[in-house]
Amino acid sequence: MEKFLEKSIPVRRKNLTFWQKLYIPAILSGLKITMTEFFKPSVTIRYPEERTVMPESFRGRPVLVAENGTERCVACGLCARVCPALAIEVQAGETELGKERYPERFEINMVRCIFCGFCEEVCPEEAIIMSQEYELVFTSQKEALFGKDKLMKPIEEVQTRLDFLRKNR
Amino acid sequence: MTADIIIEALVKIGLVLTINLTLVAYLVLAERKVSAFIQNRLGPNRVGPWGMFQSFADVGKLFFKEDIVPAAANKFVHTLAPLISISVAISTFAVIPFGNTIAINGQEYKLMIGDVNIGILFILALTSLGVYGIVLAGWSSNNKYSLLGGLRASAQMISYELSMGLSVIGVILIAGTLQLDKIVVQQGEYLWGVIPAWNIVLQPIGFITFLIASFAETNRLPFDLPEAEPELVGGYHTEYSGMKFGLFFLAEYANMITASAVIVTLYLGGWQFPFLEYLGLSPLVMTLAQMGAFAVKVALALFFFIVVRWTVPRFRYDQLMDLGWKVMLPLALANIVVTGFFLLFR
Ligand code: SF4
Ligand code: SF4
Repeated sequence: MEKFLEKSIPVRRKNLTFWQKLYIPAILSGLKITMTEFFKPSVTIRYPEERTVMPESFRGRPVLVAENGTERCVACGLCARVCPALAIEVQAGETELGKERYPERFEINMVRCIFCGFCEEVCPEEAIIMSQEYELVFTSQKEALFGKDKLMKPIEEVQTRLDFLRKNR
Repeated sequence: MTADIIIEALVKIGLVLTINLTLVAYLVLAERKVSAFIQNRLGPNRVGPWGMFQSFADVGKLFFKEDIVPAAANKFVHTLAPLISISVAISTFAVIPFGNTIAINGQEYKLMIGDVNIGILFILALTSLGVYGIVLAGWSSNNKYSLLGGLRASAQMISYELSMGLSVIGVILIAGTLQLDKIVVQQGEYLWGVIPAWNIVLQPIGFITFLIASFAETNRLPFDLPEAEPELVGGYHTEYSGMKFGLFFLAEYANMITASAVIVTLYLGGWQFPFLEYLGLSPLVMTLAQMGAFAVKVALALFFFIVVRWTVPRFRYDQLMDLGWKVMLPLALANIVVTGFFLLFR
């Protein structure tokens, strides 16, 4: 502690060489840096015109995977159970398809969702996964309730995320 | 005859004023763009292509902002101060020759507004008047930060005016005149037939001291102590809003243009372009080329002003005074002595 204190006391260096005291070489080397930066390309992304391409590991809004127009979900309710923000509501129904059960109603309250990805992790069917979409705008609480119409995404669009999950789980 | 002179002067004033104010607008944009490029950003790019109309939008916005005068302020002086600043900043340009003579209808016109024979003195006098704008702004706001900014400005300007004046004496000694156009004409000669006899070659030390003093006079970083944001809120313009603040802002940039023009005129050969006279151009083309050369030189000087701002950190106040009195003043004095001896014994 004592040593640290000693170190932090500002010391005025007196043993500068003449060259350092001249100031001008230091300013010139500073100018060199700014001028090289001047000619480097900018790192800004012009947002509304350009968008960042998110990596597969990015957790955007959760979506339901749709295969041939129907969701993979079997309405087991695990995601609703695990969701720490209590954002998911699933209502099961019966169907003629092989999977026998399907979600009659599937709602995620996007105001509550904290993008934790637990639902994706727990789902036995790889039916709910985190997409790469990050633009969520709503003007009322009602609008923030995303039903099946907004949640379903054809499997082709989310294939990269599925591959990523297979590789890393 | 008198009517002729008045019309001539008015036309020139109108031209120079329009060009100057447009230049100020684009200088603000240039500063924002250059700083953005240095920091790997893009800078303003929403208003018009490449943000071309950004400054005009800003001025428009400032006009519609509420103008707040503090209750305890001296209202008259509070309004007067920005007016002093801007008028001084703009009127300094009156004596700067921006080209040789131009012949219209067989009559020769000099390309400068005020052809006075004490050009340099006029510039020095006006730039020192500029400090009144800042000091009065600081005092009339009745705010301790403003007052501190104003005091700093006066101390700084007085210290640096001295070395500024002294470095100019070197140029005057060589030229033997105070008239700016004559000084420029003399810089059109050549040393040993090859090197243009610009004063930067003849007066390198004087050039450096003058350059540093110009930075201090225009309150540009590294000498922007009068408005040092982290310490003084906003310095002398803390209590200003709306277009009054805008005037201070414009004055700073107008001062920069004038300072660059003075540096170019005194040290960088003004409108001279080396070896242009050997090309055998017609007088009109020649004059236009020389005006172009002047504009390019001023633009480069302005670019230097901007780049330095985004390179060098601000001085501490004691460092500023140290530099002014212990380094710049002796250097400028030594420069006069050396120049004098040189002129005596050559
Ligand atoms: S965990 Fe998967 S299958 Fe079960 S309800 Fe949620 S989305 Fe459907
Ligand atoms: S990401 Fe997390 S908070 Fe959002 S719905 Fe899934 S489990 Fe709930």
